[in-house]
Amino acid sequence: MTDTKVLLDYGSGGRASHRLVGELFLTHFANPELCRLNDAARLELTGPLAVSTDSYTVDPIFFPGGDIGSLAVHGTVNDVAMLGAVPRYLTCGFIIEEGLEMAVLERVVASMGRAAREANVSIVTGDTKVVPRGTVDKLFINTTGIGEIISDPTPSGDRAAPGDAVLLSGSMGDHGLTILSTREGLNFEAPVKSDSAALAGLVVKLLREVPGVHVLRDPTRGGLATTLNEIAESSAAGILLEETLVPVTDAVRAGCSFLGLDPYYLANEGKFICILPEDNAERALAIMRADPLGAGACRVGTVVADHPRQVVLKTVLGGKRLLTMLEGEQLPRIC
Amino acid sequence: MSFLDSFKDPELSRRLLDQLAAEGQGLRFMEVCGTHTVAIFQSGLHSLLPPGFVHLSGPGCPVCVTDDAEVAAYLEAANKPGVIMATFGDLMKVPGPGGANLKTAQAEGARVKVVYAPFDALTLARDNPGDTVVFIGVGFETTAPTIAATVMMARAQGIANFKVLSFHKLVPPALSALLSDPEMNIEAFILPGHVSTIIGLAPYEFIARDHGVPAVIAGFEPMDILQALLALTRMRKSGKPEVKNLYTRVTSDAGNPKAMAVMNEVFRTCDARWRGIGVIPGSGLTFREAYAEFDAFAALGIELKTVAPIKGCRCGDVLKGKLKPSDCPLFKTACTPARPVGPCMVSTEGSCAAYFKYHLDA
Repeated sequence: MTDTKVLLDYGSGGRASHRLVGELFLTHFANPELCRLNDAARLELTGPLAVSTDSYTVDPIFFPGGDIGSLAVHGTVNDVAMLGAVPRYLTCGFIIEEGLEMAVLERVVASMGRAAREANVSIVTGDTKVVPRGTVDKLFINTTGIGEIISDPTPSGDRAAPGDAVLLSGSMGDHGLTILSTREGLNFEAPVKSDSAALAGLVVKLLREVPGVHVLRDPTRGGLATTLNEIAESSAAGILLEETLVPVTDAVRAGCSFLGLDPYYLANEGKFICILPEDNAERALAIMRADPLGAGACRVGTVVADHPRQVVLKTVLGGKRLLTMLEGEQLPRIC
Repeated sequence: MSFLDSFKDPELSRRLLDQLAAEGQGLRFMEVCGTHTVAIFQSGLHSLLPPGFVHLSGPGCPVCVTDDAEVAAYLEAANKPGVIMATFGDLMKVPGPGGANLKTAQAEGARVKVVYAPFDALTLARDNPGDTVVFIGVGFETTAPTIAATVMMARAQGIANFKVLSFHKLVPPALSALLSDPEMNIEAFILPGHVSTIIGLAPYEFIARDHGVPAVIAGFEPMDILQALLALTRMRKSGKPEVKNLYTRVTSDAGNPKAMAVMNEVFRTCDARWRGIGVIPGSGLTFREAYAEFDAFAALGIELKTVAPIKGCRCGDVLKGKLKPSDCPLFKTACTPARPVGPCMVSTEGSCAAYFKYHLDA
């Protein structure tokens, strides 16, 4: 691109828009369906489908372990996979602030293209808008993902049953703490990086080899505590979580202690919760641990008939307390 | 096991709990620090205390004791043209008269910026020379010295558009007020580790000397708290109340004289309003004459006005240890973290919020 900054012209639908699409998006997202540049994409799919949409507004747009582009692929692909589906296609909508450095946009688009190839999904249709300076913060991206469901019955948040084992694919809080610690104005540096990753490959392997997975969820915004509460509520069951079993890295633990945050409420972008009958738990864990994205997988709790709709944490000391849903955002405290 | 992990050693904790059960017949103890409140609930200690040990959370969360009139004052400041409010995050949702808070003020156009440190507010003032940046000074002796240091730095750097609304409060006068209450039935105090790091041991000595109540400065890990409870139980039993410092890895008996000097350079004591408790003489901090130019009250022409207390809210009785959060008629009904009525439900370190968030009904 000749201009060093994104101008309003690039969202006009005229030649400038065409240049942006042709020279930037098609280069990095290249696939036959997108390159036809029709008004809509024609998809080849069979059976029941999973569809999910999400908008990405992360600040800062580049962070250790990823950026808004890779996150926009991973986040949506993971949501589709959690319904027991193989993600196939993505759509994307870009809303760009006038004046954004072209090099920044290119870096994001390249990262997004790379993430899509790695996740085996094709970005088949898209839209670009450029809005006046100050009306969005740099760059927002929306993606919608479509996948083919391979699991029957499909995993669902309302299927947790007393006796089920609760598994976690790895450590909690890495993404959330990374974003908070790199956010502008926060003079705090922690040796942490986002866990942003596409989980579909691992999830598909798990579903093909282990029958009867009841629930799959990725604990993104609101973190582990919020997601487990949603599951307990939908399933009208209790969940007993063991603090000693929940993996949290030393860096995340230290950062949370410093900032007055709880890692159980921090977002994750490359981890999932798997709830399934006790008998299949060991097999599921073996499959998860064989994959680098599930290397830290472990059992963290059990679905119980007691205290329905509540998540109870058995603490390191052996005490029990509620683990409730987060009310709004976590706010830094005074002392 | 790392040094820090050893303070939450489950085996050691079990032994200390057994010892507490064997040696004590119970204890109505109060902590006066929001971090202790959360630590006791979050670790599960609250559910493990032997029979007869009653955990009360006193006026130790600075957000919780911020008076309605003070909330009204900073909201008034926030709505003034040319003002940018800088605040610690916990204050964002504290409801003032009529349910307004900084979040609603922000939505209506007020400029509010959450900062992690008062020095960030100074940067904000430097970057916005055409505006007045008002820092909301809420906190105890832990926080006041850094704000005083920020004021001194503002003077050194000639940043005249930085102002502070000082609502700072002092812990020992509040403890004195609690102990002088004829209905007081607290048998022991766990003293705040952070505040004590600044003020040291001496300001608390009246607790044992004048009131015969034992008190211990404690850290925030489960072992710290259990060790404190054991020491308090033993003093209670022996009839020899003392004030002890058991947080010696962080707190020296002398406190931090340098921080105290900075605080006393900028501020002097004044009477202050405590939510639910009322005016406590000599329990607040206001600007000394020499630093009056940084006083946002004067700069913006704001006065504390008496406002009607929140109807039905029993936060005052909760803060005094007279009422358990779950015994307040508003708890979990009209008052929840989503729609907090009183300040004890707003702050993440408030006793009602901790009860709501962590307490498991037996």
